[in-house]
Amino acid sequence: MAVDEGLKIELGKQGVLVTTIEELYNWGRKNSVWPMQFGLACCAIEMIATTMARYDLARFGAEVFRPSPRQADLMIISGTVTKKMAPQVVRLYNQMAEPRYVIAMGACAISGGPFKEGYNVLKGIDRYIPVDVHIPGCPPRPEALIQAFMLLQKKIDGQHLTGPDRPRFLDAEAQGEFPVPVQGEHDLEPASNPGVWTVPVVIR
Amino acid sequence: MSTSGFVAEKDKREGWNRPPVIEPDGEGELLEVSMGPHHPSTHGVFRMDVALDGERVIRLKPVFGYLHRNHEKIAEGISYLGSMPFTDRLDYLCPLTNNWAYALAVEKLTGQAVPERAEYLRVIVGELTRVQNHASSIGFLIQEMGASGTPLMYAFKAREKILDLFEELTGARMMCNYMRFGGCRVDATADWLAVTRKVVEELPGFVDEFERLLRGNEILMARTQGVGILRPELAVNAGVTGPMLRASGVNYDIRKVDGYGVYNRFKFRVPLGDHWDVFDRFMIRLLEMRESIKILEQALKDIPGGPVMDAKAKLRGFRPKPGEAYGRIESPKGELGFYLISDGGPNPYRYRVRPPSLINLTVLEDMALGQNVADVVLIFGSVDIILGEVDR
Repeated sequence: MAVDEGLKIELGKQGVLVTTIEELYNWGRKNSVWPMQFGLACCAIEMIATTMARYDLARFGAEVFRPSPRQADLMIISGTVTKKMAPQVVRLYNQMAEPRYVIAMGACAISGGPFKEGYNVLKGIDRYIPVDVHIPGCPPRPEALIQAFMLLQKKIDGQHLTGPDRPRFLDAEAQGEFPVPVQGEHDLEPASNPGVWTVPVVIR
Repeated sequence: MSTSGFVAEKDKREGWNRPPVIEPDGEGELLEVSMGPHHPSTHGVFRMDVALDGERVIRLKPVFGYLHRNHEKIAEGISYLGSMPFTDRLDYLCPLTNNWAYALAVEKLTGQAVPERAEYLRVIVGELTRVQNHASSIGFLIQEMGASGTPLMYAFKAREKILDLFEELTGARMMCNYMRFGGCRVDATADWLAVTRKVVEELPGFVDEFERLLRGNEILMARTQGVGILRPELAVNAGVTGPMLRASGVNYDIRKVDGYGVYNRFKFRVPLGDHWDVFDRFMIRLLEMRESIKILEQALKDIPGGPVMDAKAKLRGFRPKPGEAYGRIESPKGELGFYLISDGGPNPYRYRVRPPSLINLTVLEDMALGQNVADVVLIFGSVDIILGEVDR
């Protein structure tokens, strides 16, 4: 239910604010995305640099790094996820309260990056948990992380509270708990979560 | 009372001068806590299985491997030059010193000479790396004490200036990939040297400010003095190196011992600790920053002209004669060494990193026994590790 823009401005001049619950709700959420204090590898240093005075992530309302997943809205997968660490990452994601978002920071978190050919590196965290924003780079510059934040804010702003395209956390049927992989005989089992990730089809 | 394998064993390693074995006082149960792998104080993904009697640590077992990226195995499958960018990602706070150690090992293996200007450039970027590493590690240490943010902000203020220099010289803020076998990838321009001189001129002011902010702080002194004592005998026996060893009062600095590169041309002192505790490790890092600035001033004054790559240097397609080489440098964390075995092929037959972070971490339990659990975090921070190097 959109309000006429001209009327809105006219009312605003009289000191009357007209908005929708959805807009207000999304405006509040997008400006207070609290990330989890969770560093994995090299990218974590750039993540710390982003929060420091020079790049100042606080401008986007996201400087409050919470050590507990219960208090966090956003998980920044900052670095290489190894097969030993992947179950813990998924478990931490499960412990976060909805609505929750994930930024995959850097080549390693997206695909395994330079270490992809290794035997102990997960080839992308999006095999197990849904990722909202991917930022390439090894490591991405702080500006890139800030851009990822802005993209995420845009995404939050566009989410509808009702209707068929409402986000996962408002859909009672949607998957809330993601299966935690276990270390099998040769590899992590299952190798991926089919509800989140399928083998991409190569079109030639 | 729980006795599930966590009751301290009698010390079998006599002569190691370990701290006395702590026995539980017999009241109540031992509490087993798993700190990590996600823990705000661990520098990355590291786990400590701690057994507590009240607040005291009875036993501590480090659990590694959460960041094992099979660096060594990958390096055995690719060419010598191909491993250079991977060394950046070992100790990701100081990539340039990692480059240096690896280049040194390959240069030893192939008998490659390095031009003088390249040696000076290596010293300059190496010492800049040391300054930013020590500043950040002090910042992280104080953050673990509970001062969230402020000291780290000061440290990163200086770090960003140094990273700007790296970016201008090498093209990357963090993963510089700068050194090559027989020199450096690109030459420094006169402008870059001028800017570096200016930054180095400002660095003593930063160190003074940082020291004034922290050294006299009563909370810092109360939390760190007499905590986490590492005896020199144990430090030497366990192979601890770097600021950790010097804070334990052992005069051992590979820049002085080996004099690799052109280090024997510079005048600098090696600060040593007196009380062997966390405060000493903090102070040693502060003092080493000052010594690094002295080296930087001398190197920037004396830097000669000339090429930065040896004319005969081969980067690709070379096959070293069968043999082995060990190149080591004093990285900001300690002795960083690369051990290479060549079987005459284009790839190393064996590639081994001697990581100072891992070896310094082996004495963590000895330092933490009998301390409060809150101090364990502090002792851990004072070791100054980077998990990329510990697990490789």
